[in-house]
Amino acid sequence: METKNIMIVGVGGQGSLLASKLLGRLLMDQGYDVKVSEVHGMSQRGGSVVTYVRYGDKVYSPVIDKGQADAIVSFELLEAARWTEYLKKDGQIIVNTQQIDPMPVITGAASYPEDLVAKMQASGHKVDAFDALSLANEAGSSKAVNIVLMGRLSHYFDISDEAWLSALEACVPPKFLELNKKAFALGKAL
Amino acid sequence: MKKTLMLGNQAVARGLYEAGCCVASSYPGTPSTEITEFAATYDDIACEWAPNEKVAMEAAFGACLGGKRSFCAMKHVGLNVAADPLFTISYTGVNAGMVIVVADDAGMHSSQNEQDSRHYAASAKVPMLEPSDSAECLEFVKRAYEISERFDTPVILKMCTRVAHSQSLVELSDRVEPEAKPYEKNPAKYIMMPGFAKKRHPIVEQRTLDLIAFAETDSINRVEMGGTSLGIITSSTSYQYVKEVFGDSVSVLKLGMVHPLPVDLIKDFAAKVDRLVVVEELDDVIETHCRKLGLAVEGKSLFPVIGEFSQNLVASALGADVNGGTALSEELPVRPPVMCAGCPHRGLFYTLAKNKITVLGDIGCYTLGAQAPLCAMDTTICMGASISGLHGFNKARGEESESKTVGVIGDSTFMHSGMTGLVNVSYNATNSTVIILDNSITGMTGHQQNPTTGYNIKGDPAAKVDLEALCRALGIQRVRVVDPYDLAACDAAVKEELAVKEPSVIISRRPCVLLKNVKANPPLTVNPDKCRACKKCMKLGCPAISMKNGKASVDPTLCVGCDVCKQLCAFDAFESTAK
Repeated sequence: METKNIMIVGVGGQGSLLASKLLGRLLMDQGYDVKVSEVHGMSQRGGSVVTYVRYGDKVYSPVIDKGQADAIVSFELLEAARWTEYLKKDGQIIVNTQQIDPMPVITGAASYPEDLVAKMQASGHKVDAFDALSLANEAGSSKAVNIVLMGRLSHYFDISDEAWLSALEACVPPKFLELNKKAFALGKAL
Repeated sequence: MKKTLMLGNQAVARGLYEAGCCVASSYPGTPSTEITEFAATYDDIACEWAPNEKVAMEAAFGACLGGKRSFCAMKHVGLNVAADPLFTISYTGVNAGMVIVVADDAGMHSSQNEQDSRHYAASAKVPMLEPSDSAECLEFVKRAYEISERFDTPVILKMCTRVAHSQSLVELSDRVEPEAKPYEKNPAKYIMMPGFAKKRHPIVEQRTLDLIAFAETDSINRVEMGGTSLGIITSSTSYQYVKEVFGDSVSVLKLGMVHPLPVDLIKDFAAKVDRLVVVEELDDVIETHCRKLGLAVEGKSLFPVIGEFSQNLVASALGADVNGGTALSEELPVRPPVMCAGCPHRGLFYTLAKNKITVLGDIGCYTLGAQAPLCAMDTTICMGASISGLHGFNKARGEESESKTVGVIGDSTFMHSGMTGLVNVSYNATNSTVIILDNSITGMTGHQQNPTTGYNIKGDPAAKVDLEALCRALGIQRVRVVDPYDLAACDAAVKEELAVKEPSVIISRRPCVLLKNVKANPPLTVNPDKCRACKKCMKLGCPAISMKNGKASVDPTLCVGCDVCKQLCAFDAFESTAK
């Protein structure tokens, strides 16, 4: 199988590491070769963060380059727009419509761009935009945005719910399992 | 054996465990930190955070001298600190095996420079291995111990950000317990005074020749023959990018040992291909070696010496197809890292900015105080340079600068190499004002304990260095503690200590807001009737505060109720949501 590429992008502190851990576990259990490249250190402090997840028969590079991502899962709207250049021609964007102002917007040096979903669509990308934060809150915690987004991503995979749930069980502490199962189901239900 | 997905750093730790490593001493530094954290999860390895990399390497040397396999890890700039022992341990050699990890950060994801550590291997004359994925991380640690003991040398394992922080599949094995080596007194080997050292140097040179012979045939370097129109010599992630682009269509010499480099292996490979290219990040180490061998080779004429590579970069440099993507046409606002909401450093930096103080900074989260809107920093060089630089700055400029210049340094950085600078301040007498930003943790690298926190790497209680007493012992009479959440107290402390005609230390003390045991207060809210939109609160650069519909607004998911903005507001617009 040709290597598939998924990018998980967002703002440092939003919980993208758990999402990539889940995805890595799921894909490994499916028997794929997998590479997951993460960001640690200074960039994590509220900066733009990106995680690369690659899987297939044999994966070489740990990173995804411009024009190569099959899907971009974004925890935040502006971050989805920032990384669209990494998407393949017919790639899919899955984006939480939550907006977090970056420092230049907070200080008034720049403004938060408007109509980003429409702009991404206008440049030829498939966009699945929805309010994952509300669904996470409905599941019981704003921190479950990552699992809501993974639920939505599961639409675009041919992998059974059982496999997703067993990966989930392997990755989250037992006391948060029910909450995360609910978040996954809410994200999956279009 | 069990297959699992592991971060490169985790795989190094697993390799330490499986190789029977008994002692690991490190100082945190991105991208090397997680190795020692993961190693500490194995009870068979005595792990510790040392105050700095030099101490760590010397402790690791002592442990190998004591007969047990030992380890230390550091980032690339940490090896500058530990270079002193490295160059002489190269002469003494080891007793049991000793492995050193140095993690480079091409692209400077979290570093102040992007130096190429391979130069250290060459100049200290020690072998250096370079893994290209997690499986090799695990395997190469074991190989490194074999090489260390066989050739009587410390061995460096060179990581980079992409190998350290990428997960890939590894196969696990059981731990071996090598028999502890007896310690035998051997002055000619271990006392490096001139008479003995002169006799050790030829041994080091012979060792390099032996290692070159080893590099010619050992499986750590391997040739993957494919098409012969192009032959590529490469290592580490560059190997992965090359394979990603070309698969088996070109021939590749993959070097697992990047110092010393083989001679015949490279010449033979070169003879089999029409065009020889070296693909290596940062400096032209392998390329220069090929040139010395008289080979026609290309390298840095095609590839940059700056930054990380990627598959597109390799493809484009070597004329393969690149399909770029489509970016949005408009320019998007950047999102640089920021000080967290409620960061205890913010109140202090606001005070420094407000008083227009010149600030010699240091290495840590607080380096973010340099960014807009605080802009409260003038220099950042290396660990400890704030205090020593401040002293020199004040020596040069005298009273004029002593009254309006400070050095700021974190608690961990102060233990690392701030203390010696402070001694210089008191001993060589400048009226310098040093601010220790004590957030009770090593923050930037992800919350590691240090000698001032009272806990060790496992989180168990440990001896706690008393910073106030330490500063006094180092010759500073004026030492005061201030709460950085109290703006009035910060302002008074800074003004008073700058005014006095003697050196002083202000300890700005409050734990990092991200620590698990730090309880957040209820978030504040803005009363829109009181807010006059003066934007004074915006000068804090708090990510929780923004202007919404012409009024200040607080993001309740970020705000931790530190009340610093509340103290700043002249109109009492910030209100507590506490019930």
